[in-house]
Amino acid sequence: MTHLKKILLGEQGLVVIFAVAFVIVSLAVPNFLSERNMLGLLQSVVTIGIIACTMMFCLASRDFDLSVGSTVAFSGMVAVMASNAMGSILLGLLAAVLCGAVVGAINGVVIARFRINALITTLATMQIVRGFALIASDGRAVGINDPSFYQLALSRFLGIPTPIWVMGLFFVVFGFVLNRTVFGKNTLAIGGNPEASRLAGVDVARIRIWIFALQGIVCAVAGVLLASRITSGQPNAATGLELSVISACVLGGVSLAGGRAAMTGVIVGVLIMGIAENVMNLLNIQAFYQYVVRGLILLLAVLLDNLRSVAGRQRV
Amino acid sequence: MQDFLEFRSISKGYPGVQALSDVSFAVRKGAVHGLMGENGAGKSTLIRVLSGDQSADEGEIRIDGEVQHYRSVRDAFHAGVIVIHQELQLVPELTVAENLWLGHFPGKGGVIDRRKLIGVVSQKLAEIGIEVDPTAKVASLSIGERQMVEIAKAVMLDARVIALDEPTSSLSSRESEILFALIDRLRANGTVILYVSHRLDEIFRLCDSLTVLRDGKLAAHHPDISKVTRDQIISEMVGREIANIWGWRGRSFGAERLRVENVAGPKLKVPLSFAVRRSEIVGFFGLIGAGRSEMARLVYGADARSQGSVSVDGAVVPADSPPKSIRAGIVLCPEDRKFDGIVQGRSIEENMTISSRRHFSRFGIINPKKESELADKFIAKLRVRTPSRRQDIVNLSGGNQQKVILGRWLSEEGIKVLIVDEPTRGIDVGAKSEIYEILYGLAEQGMAIVVISSELPEVMGIADRIIVMCEGRLAADMPRAEFDERRILAAALPDIKNSKDLPLTQVQ
Ligand SMILES: Nc1ncnc2c1ncn2[C@@H]1O[C@H](COP(=O)(O)OP(=O)(O)OP(=O)(O)O)[C@@H](O)[C@H]1O
Ligand SMILES: [Mg+2]
Repeated sequence: MTHLKKILLGEQGLVVIFAVAFVIVSLAVPNFLSERNMLGLLQSVVTIGIIACTMMFCLASRDFDLSVGSTVAFSGMVAVMASNAMGSILLGLLAAVLCGAVVGAINGVVIARFRINALITTLATMQIVRGFALIASDGRAVGINDPSFYQLALSRFLGIPTPIWVMGLFFVVFGFVLNRTVFGKNTLAIGGNPEASRLAGVDVARIRIWIFALQGIVCAVAGVLLASRITSGQPNAATGLELSVISACVLGGVSLAGGRAAMTGVIVGVLIMGIAENVMNLLNIQAFYQYVVRGLILLLAVLLDNLRSVAGRQRV
Repeated sequence: MQDFLEFRSISKGYPGVQALSDVSFAVRKGAVHGLMGENGAGKSTLIRVLSGDQSADEGEIRIDGEVQHYRSVRDAFHAGVIVIHQELQLVPELTVAENLWLGHFPGKGGVIDRRKLIGVVSQKLAEIGIEVDPTAKVASLSIGERQMVEIAKAVMLDARVIALDEPTSSLSSRESEILFALIDRLRANGTVILYVSHRLDEIFRLCDSLTVLRDGKLAAHHPDISKVTRDQIISEMVGREIANIWGWRGRSFGAERLRVENVAGPKLKVPLSFAVRRSEIVGFFGLIGAGRSEMARLVYGADARSQGSVSVDGAVVPADSPPKSIRAGIVLCPEDRKFDGIVQGRSIEENMTISSRRHFSRFGIINPKKESELADKFIAKLRVRTPSRRQDIVNLSGGNQQKVILGRWLSEEGIKVLIVDEPTRGIDVGAKSEIYEILYGLAEQGMAIVVISSELPEVMGIADRIIVMCEGRLAADMPRAEFDERRILAAALPDIKNSKDLPLTQVQ
């Protein structure tokens, strides 16, 4: 029992859970292991996976961001409308990224400079930004004039769809940034003890602003890919996304108390979320039940986080 | 008298560290027993085992001949063992009386009997001679008073064994005296007291017997403390002789390096001015609360200044930002290790290089080899006791954490002014002299150093000049040749009328 506990709560606990779950699912669920389903599964977690990269930084520095879902919808909308208006997809993409960055930077400045609670701030921007998406589109989906916009999501490289490559690239880049750069280490230090970090010469406010700005940019990338996949800008896209992303991070061992995060954990967390959804779809479980399961997974994740920090808090 | 508290072959290991191995000794009834040893020797671990917070891998504890099988702090409570940790465990928003009753409030049907709540407490407090208002909120008490309340709690629970882990490290000398008087009364009642400290004077002042731990093993046990000498204890702790802890040596000073002019802030109303020359070590002495740490924080830009300027080598330092101060060459090693120092959950290496890592990174990418070399170098230099630089800093003993935080600043490059606030708090004698040696070395390279300390012997031992602060003002300024204990103390005391209860000084 204690041995099992040690494994489950240890560094590699999540990977073990994941491996076990994966084996069980592949044996029990028909068609799960097929190439088609695997790619579909990965496709389905692209949005969560990409955003989890920066959400990891956000949580690791003891912050919180609820506005990601709205930013995804808004920037997808901007990409589509700007492409249509300017007749250039590239300009549309740039506009989307710029909008994402602005939303993130505003979050960051309000939170870090004016010291407003991150939960409240992003709860506010979440609604404001969603409002903008609805106003701009008059509440309706906006189609794309230039069909080559679809290629963003449809094109493949070595048989694997581009969005999956993008997600993989983000995993690698942000994993490196977290572990090997001053920015990443300072992020973790801020989460561990903000005051000590400040006194140690870390520019805490600047780093927090950067984290939110990056988060905004990354949301824009995810938003563009999503819009391309659903072939339109949808003002109601990605509702509730913030919770899935945070669940994935927490499930991946990112501590809500800050200071603890690992890219591998987050990747596994994202995959667990994806598999759960995928399996429920394969088994034809009604969408309503899926909410319950998603909630249960989140609860499990938080419980695990709690158990882990209790186990780690042998000494006070 | 017979042995009351007995440790028998206690062993306790953590991953990579044998914190205690085969420790056996006994303490008589009514004795105050000292526990000494270097940082990481296992003192706190032994106390944690005694308190039921951690269980030993092997061995047993006997109280009054009875083997104790408790597995939790609560069990230990019921066995009459109470531990007072360095970080106090009171609820700040509750009153003294409420804190003392916490867990078993008097009353019926969930309604608290207020009269009993306060009555019993005031009686108990009077009995043990503690002057604290039972209806005051704990948050409004000084650290010393809080400690008294903790002890009162132990007494109220009829503790047979009370263990105190470095209780005086954040007390003023007057508060310490009150604590000592209380310990004397408890001793007279037959309570066994286990007393952990790095201060030899206190050990000699208080203890009847003494145990020295080294590397988790019993290094010496002295049933009668009057039969040992200071030097003997030091060499038992450190494993070598330390002839002169301070090791001060003369230096010639250069031009003015740090200039502080009319600096004031919200907590320090009276503007302060002083200067420090190259290669000079200035000691700031004062009672706790004299404003030394506030001064340091203002100079460093940790708190916003309301007026005044700070300059280094003639160049004005921007007022409000530690990163800018560091770039200008000023650093501050803060006083409060837990809140302002360590980054919990991160490794020793990361804690040490948090500031300096920008020097060995290119385009923001850290060179891991250089980072680990630097960490290893200072782990060795400061003799941090740890299996690896990757160890989470919270797993280190208190004194070793302090060493890591010091290492953070000693490893920073291009520093011109170093301010250290209580640098050796909780640090053992051996490491202390190591730290002083490093400070002298830095001073010789031209650094201007400010050492804030509440230990007069330390300030007098290592400083080239002493500035005394009292109630937020500079009260005296004297060069080494004029050092005079009485004058320094007189300057530190708020009011001449109080001079009859001069703080007892410890002379090392
Ligand atoms: N939870 C833990 N995990 C790993 N190592 C630990 C843990 N707790 C204590 N240690 C190690 O056990 C050893 C003894 O620690 P302990 O806290 O008892 O020292 P100490 O004598 O109280 O030192 P100090 O004087 O610095 O307070 C140290 O090397 C410490 O790093
Ligand atoms: Mg200790």
